[in-house]
Amino acid sequence: MKEILSGNEAIARGAYEAGVKVASGYPGTPSTEILENILQYKKIDASWAPNEKVAMEVGIGASFGGGRAIVTMKHVGVNVAADPLFTFSYTGVGGGFVLIAADDPEMHSSQNEQDSRNYARFAKVPMLEPADSQECKDFTRLAFELSEQFDTPVMLRSCTRISHGKSIVELNEPVSGLPEPRLVKNPSKLVMLPGNARVRHPLVEERMVKLAAFGASAPFNSVEMRDGEIGVITAGISYNYVREVLPNASVLKLGMVNPLPMELVRDFARKVNKLYVVEELDPFIEEQVRAAGIAVTGKEIIPICGELTPGRLRNAFTTAGIVGAGLPRPEQGDETSPLQIEKLPGRPPNMCPGCPHRGVFYTLNQLKAYVTGDIGCYTLGFMPPLNAMDTCICMGASISNASGIVRVLPEDEKKKVVAVIGDSTFLHTGINSLMEMAYNGSPATVIILDNRITAMTGRQDNPASGWTLRDEPAVPVDLVQLCRAVGIRHVQVVDPFDLDETRKVLMEEMNRPEPSVIITNRPCVLVKREGVFEKGLALSVDEDHCSGCKACLRIGCPAIEWQPAPEGKKGKACIDPLLCNGCDVCRQLCKFDAIGRGK
Amino acid sequence: MSNSVTNILLVGVGGQGILLASEILSEAFMLGGFDVKKSEIHGMSQRGGSVASHVRYGKEVFSPIVPEGEGDILFGFEMLETYRSLPLLKKGGTVVANDLRIPPPSVLLGQETYPEDLTGKIEALFPDFTLVDGQKLATEAGNIRAANTVLLGAVSKRLDIPEVCWRQALEKMVPKKALEMNIQAFRMGRDL
Ligand SMILES: Cc1ncc(C[n+]2csc(CCOP(=O)(O)OP(=O)(O)O)c2C)c(N)n1
Repeated sequence: MKEILSGNEAIARGAYEAGVKVASGYPGTPSTEILENILQYKKIDASWAPNEKVAMEVGIGASFGGGRAIVTMKHVGVNVAADPLFTFSYTGVGGGFVLIAADDPEMHSSQNEQDSRNYARFAKVPMLEPADSQECKDFTRLAFELSEQFDTPVMLRSCTRISHGKSIVELNEPVSGLPEPRLVKNPSKLVMLPGNARVRHPLVEERMVKLAAFGASAPFNSVEMRDGEIGVITAGISYNYVREVLPNASVLKLGMVNPLPMELVRDFARKVNKLYVVEELDPFIEEQVRAAGIAVTGKEIIPICGELTPGRLRNAFTTAGIVGAGLPRPEQGDETSPLQIEKLPGRPPNMCPGCPHRGVFYTLNQLKAYVTGDIGCYTLGFMPPLNAMDTCICMGASISNASGIVRVLPEDEKKKVVAVIGDSTFLHTGINSLMEMAYNGSPATVIILDNRITAMTGRQDNPASGWTLRDEPAVPVDLVQLCRAVGIRHVQVVDPFDLDETRKVLMEEMNRPEPSVIITNRPCVLVKREGVFEKGLALSVDEDHCSGCKACLRIGCPAIEWQPAPEGKKGKACIDPLLCNGCDVCRQLCKFDAIGRGK
Repeated sequence: MSNSVTNILLVGVGGQGILLASEILSEAFMLGGFDVKKSEIHGMSQRGGSVASHVRYGKEVFSPIVPEGEGDILFGFEMLETYRSLPLLKKGGTVVANDLRIPPPSVLLGQETYPEDLTGKIEALFPDFTLVDGQKLATEAGNIRAANTVLLGAVSKRLDIPEVCWRQALEKMVPKKALEMNIQAFRMGRDL
């Protein structure tokens, strides 16, 4: 049967076909939909973990128990999961284990564009890289076989264009006859004391040599001979761009990017006149090929930053003066430069109407706080007109950054420092930071924006939301008690729709020369679960009372539009009743009582 | 050149239902016996930012991204985004756009103005331009939320796919209780 699947749907299908028992992960674009799609396969135990390290360790446990396990995360999640990954490489697996790392070249929704292939090499584990949805499914299946055959965790690297791209996939039946999980004791292999680890490390090195030899004749690494003039080594999404832009070039398509099948590379290099590597981000393949003494061109012409596109690849080759291999020549009479249009108003993302984060950032801006930020929808508090975020590094960093910054500041500036963090991010790694802050008594203020969901990545549940990935009820983490338990003595809960209260509590806690936590209690407007978010009555502007002072525009709500003045009159604000969620924050800003409910 | 591939770009604002529309298109192309690839960005862009989805079909499709300046059809859900995306189209390409204006943040704040006469500007650059009042037609069909389906109908007329494939694609992708209304909305667009 054929279906159009996204890369993420295809990976989920591959996990199902491979007989996976346990799936764990932490949301992160572009990886999130893998677990959400695995849910449809009822035999798989699928769940969210509070962070990627935990997810990884849950998967390792399942593997040690003899079940196949898949763990999913975005590229930066691998940083968090790296600790167990590196040592799991030494122990090897019980049931097959596959780690999906989804990269985000171009940083469509990420804070950096690190190249996960380096992790595979660093941790000495094999990595597969699919080029379309069919390969996402097939390679996921294959990865489990390799994992068991070579006794190693296997990484599979996707990227935004693969995970969120769709193409046609031929489905298969799941495997059968896998051994049933059960306890098998093997402590000298699984307890990585130095004495045991010293025995394992040489086996890891041997394994990589064997895998490279295996890769040289495996069907997933394939040579496509066409024109002998230009030969291109490529993998993953880049393969498609090479085929698009250089239809006549010979291609060595690598399905496994670590370890590299250097014999195959050498052989291919001999058959072509000029050898290129086309790869997104780092010169990962290129540097190894060059180190093997093979002449090759790569990042001299191919951009190292951002994603590739057919246009960028074509540009790279034509700018370097390379012809042949079917590179399209500019057509006759088509020498005109591409269409240029004037600069237009941009359309950056914005918090939703009624978002509970908005009033908090407005208040932080008013109080001239120095805000150490974190990652989530609330990072949009950086954008004008809120302009209320000063730092943002990685998940959990807001609290520890605040704790660090107050240690160097003069007394009068310490109280300006406020860390802002979401509920999911707080439970991900923020809790460790809060423990540090309490332990060492840093006099900063922390705001936990508890909107009862992991909103940024598309509304995933988390340990504080009270629900699991499978939509089953769970005991929600009590954030107030948790903060108290790590040693924070001042914990206050505020309604972020009440600007006066929010301001009062913030000033109180900012002035307190002790660590303190403020927790906001309004849910995300996107939560669909019944009884969580309830839309308020839409507000409207009374034209006769509106003085055109623009105070209500300062919260940057998408439902409020400034209507410029027609000739001889004053401009005024206007609320779109279809967009307004009735949070009431704008009404509190109006000094002229021009905003009211209903109508 | 190997341009047996047809390139369609769907552009608009996050939350407008562009993903579903591009999914229906892709499904219809597969049912029509073609290879199909599509690509778009989720994530940040869903918070009201610009969204673009690329759909390509033909005998064999490699890149899921439409090469710059090679778009055959631009399917715009919002006027400013339609205009912004014109450089993606090939010379003489086709534009089908929804007559809808969604002001971006700087316009809401009164710092910039929404560009005037986009219809005229688009038409001057791309004479093969169809402006559709999706909202009005969808309301006539029974639900303003079917505006995308009306547009889809208008786009479908420009593609060489049998009508039955469109119907099957709608049946697969649209919830049962909204199906009849959507089929009607699709017809309205197709008959424009
Ligand atoms: C290590 C890591 N994992 C995952 C992500 C992806 N990610 C970005 S924000 C976010 C969570 C946001 O949830 P929350 O803190 O509750 O804030 P909200 O978006 O709900 O306001 C996630 C998972 C990331 N950036 N880094």
